[in-house]
Amino acid sequence: MNDERAALPTVPVRHPGRWVGALVVLVLAVMAGHSLFFSDVTTATGLHRERFEWSVINEYFTSDIILRGLVVTLQLTVLAMVLGVVLGIVMAVLRLSPNPLMSGASWLYIWFFRGTPVYVQLLFWYSISYVFPTLSLGIPFGPEFFTVNMNTAVTPYVAAVVGLGLNEGAYMAEIVRAGILSVDEGQTEAAQALGMSRLQTMRRIVLPQAMRVIAPPTGNEVISMLKTTSLAAAITVGELTNGAKIIYSRTYEVIPLLMVASFWYLIVSSVLTVGQYYVERYFAKGALREMPPTPAQKLRAKFVGLRNPGGVR
Amino acid sequence: MSRSFTVPMVLARNVRKSYGAFEALRGIDLEVGPGQVMCLIGPSGSGKSTFLRCINHLEKISAGLLAVDGDLVGYRRGGDRLYELRDREVCAKRAEIGMVFQRFNLFPHMTAVQNVCLGPVTVKGDDKAAVRERAIALLDRVGLSDKVDSYPTQLSGGQQQRVAIARALAMQPKLMLFDEPTSALDPELVGDVLDVMKGLANDGMTMVVVTHEMGFAREVADSVVFMDAGAVVESGTPEQVLGNPQHERTKAFLAKVL
Ligand SMILES: Nc1ncnc2c1ncn2[C@@H]1O[C@H](COP(=O)(O)OP(=O)(O)O)[C@@H](O)[C@H]1O
Ligand SMILES: [Mg+2]
Repeated sequence: MNDERAALPTVPVRHPGRWVGALVVLVLAVMAGHSLFFSDVTTATGLHRERFEWSVINEYFTSDIILRGLVVTLQLTVLAMVLGVVLGIVMAVLRLSPNPLMSGASWLYIWFFRGTPVYVQLLFWYSISYVFPTLSLGIPFGPEFFTVNMNTAVTPYVAAVVGLGLNEGAYMAEIVRAGILSVDEGQTEAAQALGMSRLQTMRRIVLPQAMRVIAPPTGNEVISMLKTTSLAAAITVGELTNGAKIIYSRTYEVIPLLMVASFWYLIVSSVLTVGQYYVERYFAKGALREMPPTPAQKLRAKFVGLRNPGGVR
Repeated sequence: MSRSFTVPMVLARNVRKSYGAFEALRGIDLEVGPGQVMCLIGPSGSGKSTFLRCINHLEKISAGLLAVDGDLVGYRRGGDRLYELRDREVCAKRAEIGMVFQRFNLFPHMTAVQNVCLGPVTVKGDDKAAVRERAIALLDRVGLSDKVDSYPTQLSGGQQQRVAIARALAMQPKLMLFDEPTSALDPELVGDVLDVMKGLANDGMTMVVVTHEMGFAREVADSVVFMDAGAVVESGTPEQVLGNPQHERTKAFLAKVL
């Protein structure tokens, strides 16, 4: 009986639905490609022009204003994320503190900055000198040692970094807190049994393990921040989107310039996605018996395998 | 006779521990001399782990007196007063006591040798190269000289527990606490861990061992303590407690585990 069955040819399951689906996708792709690259439009005045004006995109893609905007966008992303991560760690540790005043303060911070739109927060920091014309360092309700004029100190750039960073800190606090809570209590106990202090335990044992949980959502936050910096255009910061806006308000080529900006955002976020993969891999150290190969390693293995088939890897 | 003049390594007098209204320890009295091995046995929930954790101040006792090597756990005597220890002082005391857990609790992001080195380097501030040499010697002593650079996930339970023992020994403790060190192991791996512990006992380490391994208790222990419901029911030599138990509860428990 068994031998008989083993001798018969096997027929794999057919998937006609997949072929239909693939065909639909292919047709849609050809249509999209055509309208993107090969179609024209006739304007109300009877003129013919390329639908997406690739020549305009090409002209402005590496223009000064756009490149300078790109640099500012990258700066804002990095600075706001650094501020956000530092605040996030501090707030997460405070939130987990047994002191109710500490955890309460952290709760209040998260509640406020998560509960209001970041756009509103940016406008708020931009106008901060309206409520605090000066900032002074001194003894509370006593003498002041020195004073800063907020109108000149808080430039739009500073307001953007502070606004985006404070907002990010609230989200990062929750991410870091989840990471800390994910670490087994036995880890803290083992570290304490060795005589390690709370701070040493947090730094050497808890946070490194929490990173495995913290890293993936933090990668998302970085990519999200890259795009959120475009809101800084609202407070006159010359970042990427604002650069595009400055050009199209002069030339009225709105769509091509928005595409210029979009392409840059896509390029940077693609690079960040690759970076995210390797960062996550790094922090997975010790969690898996053996690391899965990276895409690059897989590709190499494939080529080596092709060159000497049958050989050992 | 001279024993009565030496300071006991662990001395407990009427030690109590409550969680809210629940009393986990209801007046523990016991004594472990230097170089002695005490085995703590008893049903689950009887307070064995709680008592071990009190000894290195992972838990704070609610009442009574608990001293390690003559020093009160968690307090410092100054004149006629007891001052509660600062966090830093508590850490220094814990560094003198090794602890081995049922679930190993190795640090998964570090290799075996890094696990062993961490304590001496971060807590004592010892020289890294010297510590590493010592750590490798310790791993060799527990039979793991070929696993020095392995991560915990790459080790069997028995190997992990032996790394955990090496990690505790690296601090050169004067007292070792074991909380059911073989309970999470497959039966065929238990022997290797017990052998390491026997070796330690023979070398004169003072040990308090919570265990269900009656063979180990019989062979190695100087004294056996049977606990139930947060109290010591019976204690004595292994022959007395395991061979000729006096209390019904001890008899019932031994009938179940033997
Ligand atoms: N942190 C805690 N909070 C409340 N109850 C606890 C806590 N730790 C232990 N207990 C209780 O104390 C009793 C003794 O626990 P434990 O010492 O772990 O027992 P054993 O180790 O002998 O099995 C158990 O009933 C347990 O539920
Ligand atoms: Mg227990």
